[in-house]
Amino acid sequence: MTEKSRLLKAWEWHEQRLPIGHWLDHSLGSKYPAPKNLNYWWNFGSLALFMLVLMIITGVFLAMNYTAHTSMAFDSVERIMRDVNNGWLIRYMHANGASFFFIVVYIHIFRGLYYGSYKPPREVLWWMGVIIYLLMMATAFMGYVLPWGQMSFWGATVITNLFSAIPGVGDAIVTLLWGGFSVDNPTLNRFFALHYLLPFVIVGVVVLHVWALHIPGSNNPLGIEAAPADKIPFFPYYYAKDAVGLGVFLVVMFAVVFWLPNAMGHPLNYEKANPLVTPPHIVPEWYYLPFYAILRAIPDKLLGVIAMFGSILILFVLPWLDRHPVRSATFRPIFKIFFWVFLANGIMLGWCGSQLAEGLPLILSRVGTFWYFFHFIVLLPLLSWVETPKPLPASISQPVLSPAMKPAE
Amino acid sequence: MRKIVLAAAAAFVLSSPVMAAEEIKPMKRTWTFDGVFGKFDKQQLQRGFQVYKEVCASCHSVQYLAFRNLQDIGYSEDQVKVIAAEYQVQDGPDENGDMFDRPGRASDRIPKPFANEQLARASNGGALPPDLSLMTKAREDGPNYVFSLMMGYTEPPKGFEILPGMSYNTYFPGHQIGMPQQITDDRVTYADGTKASAEQIASDVTAFLHWAAEPKLEVRHATGIRVVLFALLFTVLAFFYKRRLWARLEKH
Repeated sequence: MTEKSRLLKAWEWHEQRLPIGHWLDHSLGSKYPAPKNLNYWWNFGSLALFMLVLMIITGVFLAMNYTAHTSMAFDSVERIMRDVNNGWLIRYMHANGASFFFIVVYIHIFRGLYYGSYKPPREVLWWMGVIIYLLMMATAFMGYVLPWGQMSFWGATVITNLFSAIPGVGDAIVTLLWGGFSVDNPTLNRFFALHYLLPFVIVGVVVLHVWALHIPGSNNPLGIEAAPADKIPFFPYYYAKDAVGLGVFLVVMFAVVFWLPNAMGHPLNYEKANPLVTPPHIVPEWYYLPFYAILRAIPDKLLGVIAMFGSILILFVLPWLDRHPVRSATFRPIFKIFFWVFLANGIMLGWCGSQLAEGLPLILSRVGTFWYFFHFIVLLPLLSWVETPKPLPASISQPVLSPAMKPAE
Repeated sequence: MRKIVLAAAAAFVLSSPVMAAEEIKPMKRTWTFDGVFGKFDKQQLQRGFQVYKEVCASCHSVQYLAFRNLQDIGYSEDQVKVIAAEYQVQDGPDENGDMFDRPGRASDRIPKPFANEQLARASNGGALPPDLSLMTKAREDGPNYVFSLMMGYTEPPKGFEILPGMSYNTYFPGHQIGMPQQITDDRVTYADGTKASAEQIASDVTAFLHWAAEPKLEVRHATGIRVVLFALLFTVLAFFYKRRLWARLEKH
């Protein structure tokens, strides 16, 4: 018996008892048939998984050297930057990794919006995605507090104070979040504990997300059902394709990590937190800016908070707001225009969020907030009703446009 | 007394970096550490350290720097020991329970000029001279800002009222700064014989402070080149592999 076949036998012995290889092969391997026409925008799902793993690995090493105490947190980060072997690299990868994780996930979400990936039968898959996104926002927010710089402290103060707007229980919730009567050491400690916990909760929801993906299978750029003949094994074909995208992504991310490591951070976070000095202009990290703009667009605090959370929670009911039978924007000329308007509106809101809430930015953030909700609540239901789609192809391999193949209206 | 309180209040308010209503862009300079291959000029860092020691150190700390770090800017181990020994560092308690002063060692942090914030304020008309070890990263366009601030002292424009004890600075937010002008021609006499123009001094001390804020910059750039080249190679190989693999599909 050769060495190889003995190993193989051992593997088979193990597979009969715990079929982990079988399970992986069906989940992310050669037994998962994917439509053959997925374009590079579909790369961002596996990229998001890559970023999640990278963040967890770098984060564990940072946690080994970080001290969650208000008097030592800032100094412990500087020690990581100066005295821990390759600590600067691990911290810059983690700090910039957060931004790149959000870039990847935003592209992933907008890909889903463009190609109608939230539509039946993928609603629960979409829900799991929205939950992951919410968990990411909470995790990133608490992570930004950990270095205990000026923006950490004041960002934490502003954001946790939002909960005081909730009638009745608001103040109690804020006290609970703080672990006291202001943002202080107990706050830092619980944020560190939760910042370490939530990524593993995200891993759990990612498993559900992938599970839910496997029930109907991947959507595709045409948005039509993929016949078995039009599917190819995920491994090796999409491993090879995703590797190309991963390479391009790594070039960009590493260029930032090694040459512009502080470009996406706020300079004031290199000053130690000082509860006695309020920065005149407190800004959250860039990935929250559109929602920060929505919050400040509304003069009433409670309504502002509702609008801000509502702007994300509305994504849960998106499959019922957009009931148009055609998924892909490729075949919905009017929807396609408004998709790009929505994206531009989101970028404009992001800019507004980075400015002081006065003058033009305030006016634009009100217009943008109105448009954000108008898009979901009025435009999408209306379009589902009135938009005539272009003729759909019969199948993925026969993209011949036949007028007879119009979807049922 | 009232004067001190007023100056303290002014310094407190005006030290906020984003206070200015109008935004003044700092002067743009080329630095040796700019760009993909950017490196520190060790000779310049040593001059900058001399400026820090002779001009800045009487008010400003560099709390994250230890003497041993000075080996990174070209001093030998023995030179660092000599530099450290020029300082007195508090140690203890000894076996009798007393604190005592001893000459600095390479492993000591560079001592701060003031024992605490209150003493620092009391000695500076109520203003707190900030720690400088992260300053070039704690300000937008940091190195250019620090250089501009050093060079930015001028007469105030007509009608601009300066509070007592404050100076006018073009680049400081709000223009009123607690620190008087420090950098002038020949303020220091360089050990390496370089002509000490104000511009030279300001640029040397800025480079030193940028090294203090980002001591791993050189290894970061060097590692970055290798990592990005590797990622590029990986991308090219992945691209050709993907094309060959997918060609199989088109045969059917």
